[in-house]
Amino acid sequence: MINEEEVKKIADLASLKLSEEETKTFAKQLSDIVDYVEKLDELDTDDIVPTAYTIPVKNVLRKDEVEESLDIEKVLKNAPEELDNQFRVPKIMDEDN
Amino acid sequence: MKLYTRTLSDLKEMLVEERVKLDDIYESISYRVKNVEPLVKAYVNQNEEIDLDELDEKDYEDTYLKGLPIAIKDNMSTENLKTTCSSKMLEDYVPPYNATVVNKIKEAGGIITGKTNMDEFAMGSSTENSAFNPTVNPWGKNRVPGGSSGGSAAAVAAGMAPVALGSDTGGSIRQPASFCGVVGLKPTYGAVSRYGLVAFASSLDQIGPLARNVDDIALMMNVIAGNDEKDSTCVDRTYPDFTEYLKNDVEGYKIGIPNQYFEMDIDDEVKESVMNAVKQLEKAGAKVEKVDVTGAEYALAAYYIIATAEASSNLARYDGVRYGLRAEDANNLNDMFTETRQQGFGEEVKRRIMLGTYVLSAGYYDDYYLKAQKVRTLIKNDFDELFEEYDLIVSPTTPTTAFEIGEKRDPLEMYAADIFTVPVNIAGIPAISVPCGFDNKGLPIGIQLMGPHFKEEKLIQAAYSLEKILDLDIDYPDLEMEV
Amino acid sequence: MDNKFETVIGLEVHVQLDTDSKIFCSCSTEFGKEPNTNTCPVCLGLPGTLPVLNKKAVDYLVMTGLALNCDIASYSKFDRKNYFYPDLPKAYQISQYDLPLAKDGYIEVETEEGTHKIGITRIHLEEDAGKLIHEGSIDKSSGSLVDYNRTGVPLAEIVSEPDIRTPAQAREYLNYLKKTLEYLGVSDCNMEEGSLRCDANISLRPRGQEQFGTKVELKNMNSFKAIEKALAYEQKRQRKLIDNTDEIIQETRTWDEDKNKTISMRGKEEANDYRYFPEPDLVPLEINENWAEEIRERLPEMPSVRKNRFIKEYEIPEYDADVLTDSRELADLFEECVTEYNDPKEVSNWIMGEFLRLVNEEKMEVGDTKITGQLLGKMLKMMDEDVISSKIAKTVFEEMFHTGKDPEKIVEEKGLKQISDEDKLETIVENIIEENPDAVEDIKNGKDKAIGYLVGQVMKETKGKANPQMVNQMFRDKISEL
Repeated sequence: MINEEEVKKIADLASLKLSEEETKTFAKQLSDIVDYVEKLDELDTDDIVPTAYTIPVKNVLRKDEVEESLDIEKVLKNAPEELDNQFRVPKIMDEDN
Repeated sequence: MKLYTRTLSDLKEMLVEERVKLDDIYESISYRVKNVEPLVKAYVNQNEEIDLDELDEKDYEDTYLKGLPIAIKDNMSTENLKTTCSSKMLEDYVPPYNATVVNKIKEAGGIITGKTNMDEFAMGSSTENSAFNPTVNPWGKNRVPGGSSGGSAAAVAAGMAPVALGSDTGGSIRQPASFCGVVGLKPTYGAVSRYGLVAFASSLDQIGPLARNVDDIALMMNVIAGNDEKDSTCVDRTYPDFTEYLKNDVEGYKIGIPNQYFEMDIDDEVKESVMNAVKQLEKAGAKVEKVDVTGAEYALAAYYIIATAEASSNLARYDGVRYGLRAEDANNLNDMFTETRQQGFGEEVKRRIMLGTYVLSAGYYDDYYLKAQKVRTLIKNDFDELFEEYDLIVSPTTPTTAFEIGEKRDPLEMYAADIFTVPVNIAGIPAISVPCGFDNKGLPIGIQLMGPHFKEEKLIQAAYSLEKILDLDIDYPDLEMEV
Repeated sequence: MDNKFETVIGLEVHVQLDTDSKIFCSCSTEFGKEPNTNTCPVCLGLPGTLPVLNKKAVDYLVMTGLALNCDIASYSKFDRKNYFYPDLPKAYQISQYDLPLAKDGYIEVETEEGTHKIGITRIHLEEDAGKLIHEGSIDKSSGSLVDYNRTGVPLAEIVSEPDIRTPAQAREYLNYLKKTLEYLGVSDCNMEEGSLRCDANISLRPRGQEQFGTKVELKNMNSFKAIEKALAYEQKRQRKLIDNTDEIIQETRTWDEDKNKTISMRGKEEANDYRYFPEPDLVPLEINENWAEEIRERLPEMPSVRKNRFIKEYEIPEYDADVLTDSRELADLFEECVTEYNDPKEVSNWIMGEFLRLVNEEKMEVGDTKITGQLLGKMLKMMDEDVISSKIAKTVFEEMFHTGKDPEKIVEEKGLKQISDEDKLETIVENIIEENPDAVEDIKNGKDKAIGYLVGQVMKETKGKANPQMVNQMFRDKISEL
């Protein structure tokens, strides 16, 4: 079971702002999904090595060579807000305030 | 015969033999688009930059794709052409670079005609999760085309593009291909570069083609398969000319039919149609045997942990700082982050980010993520062992034919539409969905052929054989608006 | 020394590895470029982009690990550390969590109490974040600007065991680390440019107690001196709290250089849940024996080993060897010169004397000077061959130091060649004798010192170019003939 309190905590970690309505719905839906995925407990995996990569590839490396960077116009083309060739963001406020 | 109904291979041959001009092809296709797109709504954006008057055939004479049109899913990065992932978050985002597959298509002389609709960030099985509009299945006005590559499947099925690229994380090429009566291949993980494919779940995502016949699948694989130094997970190996495997020959093929899959809740008509196709293959010389596998429901459970965990991290970058949507009038940075993500993401995306964040959070990692990765090992080992003995494993692509728009409200019910396609991504193997019949409502049914790692040619040969044996002669769906 | 309480310090050092290109893309790592001009779709974290690992960053980390006596992991992988901040374009940092490339090393530092061993817990590879500039102070600013030039510069994070016992030891540890990394050529360790950053953990415990006390994390120290000062301050602060039976709070404190004290960052740093998981966009790393061996063979001689060799091989005093091996470049300069001019002590004198004097005066780095061992050797030979005097040599040296010109050329261009031509000198010597009858008289009376005065006059006349030995002899001969 995932309660609304937990949903809020997760939303915080994920930088999501949820409405009361969404928080309620997600508590129910996430609980259902988590119940479903707990099906996995039926399988014995004690001695099983986890798989992070399905392909037998290792050591993919590039040479330390510099190539041209992106034009500054293109870097900033999609920027919601810019100033002096930098991306501007709103003030970072203390949580206490 | 109308040119828009022709396959890519046909058109290519006609161009080489100078039986047709490139202009005529484009004219026919744009005519078709004009007529049926308002109903189907397969595209998010059409490439307005193609100037048909200036299309010079000579420029393409020596190329592999001869200047022919290709549609691609709107999650592949196109320089100077919006790449929205059907999300409000990226509604106005214009990438400054091309995905590797886009460059490969261009180098091969293909022209990208448009970006197709999808479930937002490829999360969904119906294309209803597009932030803009749902796409309609050309075979049934009130039916979904499947998803998440629903726009690609619908565009191909409706004759608006001879072929299209899709991406497949848990069935997103094969399931819509099945729903729309076209062929769709999910290549082996690592066969096609993911560079420029907007990530949903990095260890599962793979780009592949959708087309009206297997010939075109082979043709497109010749263009897109291959190593890419920009993608570390792309495998450095040589690929055969896939068109050489367009042979009607399954003599000696050993086919496994997984008991656990067929015991699941599958529409009778779907089961019947798939079993009939299997019988036809047997008649043609294939050996068919029942086999045991790890239940698909475990793969689905593992999938929803792994995919959402990776997605929660992959989608964290949409924070309103560098590109995409930014919520206005936020008081401070944190508000800007959360407001932007609240406004920019749709419900399903948020749900998956939440689930993924939860399964990775402190105290839960071992129970969920690690456990899922272990189950992944079991499923992969399962397939590896089976493929020591069998050439193919066969199942329905989906348990049902296309469902109605708005029919599935419960997330778990929707997730179940991917039950047969998900194990393939979990194991990283290739699989192809081929039309094998229609149900009594006239909706297409697909059969899924799964093969060992990097044996796409085996799938292509079997799928080609099946296509020839069944000889469905799929006509074009009746579309009301057709003139 | 505190007899009741023992201080326990552990350091976390981040060093930028001195590769040409970034760790996961081909952008330049050059410092000081215009904002956001060293960026590309990959390091900007644009949708769809993927990282590809720079081999040199791996090589450099393995070198560092070997030099710090670590075990190199035969199997290693990367993980994502997830958190939101505007300077982190992907909202996760690619780092290494449970399988770092190097672990279980140690270093030995010399302290007043003798040799002290400090363990290295782990060294891992990760990417740097961008730079955030606040408009005004962080509390009152209306906004911040982000520059991603630094994003993706390779970092080695070096974590020490809590083996450090005093603030002075911490500084020694850092000095050792810096010297080693510079010797390896893997980092320039420039704290001002941010290529070396250090956080510290500090706690106190009663002597003899094994269990650690409550630790405090210190951040924002911008020099080794500041680290030492911050640790000393914190040591005192915690001791006072203990004396007053007040509670020490586990927290992060920032060093305020102006106020000379640490300040609590309470509330500003919430406990993070980074949700680490294996980075699916990168494949695992396997450093086999061959690879590690290849790197081991390329490792330069470490400072302490080199110092001892200098004493033995060149028979120079320990003090000289210590100074010369302080940096790899200085030691290289010395050795290069000795092969050209085989008088190690003379070479050492010039390097420790003239060379370092100029380096300090001009506030330069050893590596920035133009002089080479070959040039210096050549100049010293010219002195031996009486082509230039020792006085002129200093002028020549300064010129070589700045321009890197051949000493012969300098002597020629500036007309600094020593006058050893008797005919040329004879007139000058005779004139001086004529002009200084008193001195000549003194000499005649056995006051030898006066010869020095006469020679000095000739040197003045010839602007230092006359061969002083020759002039000296000429005066003796002439005056005895008078």
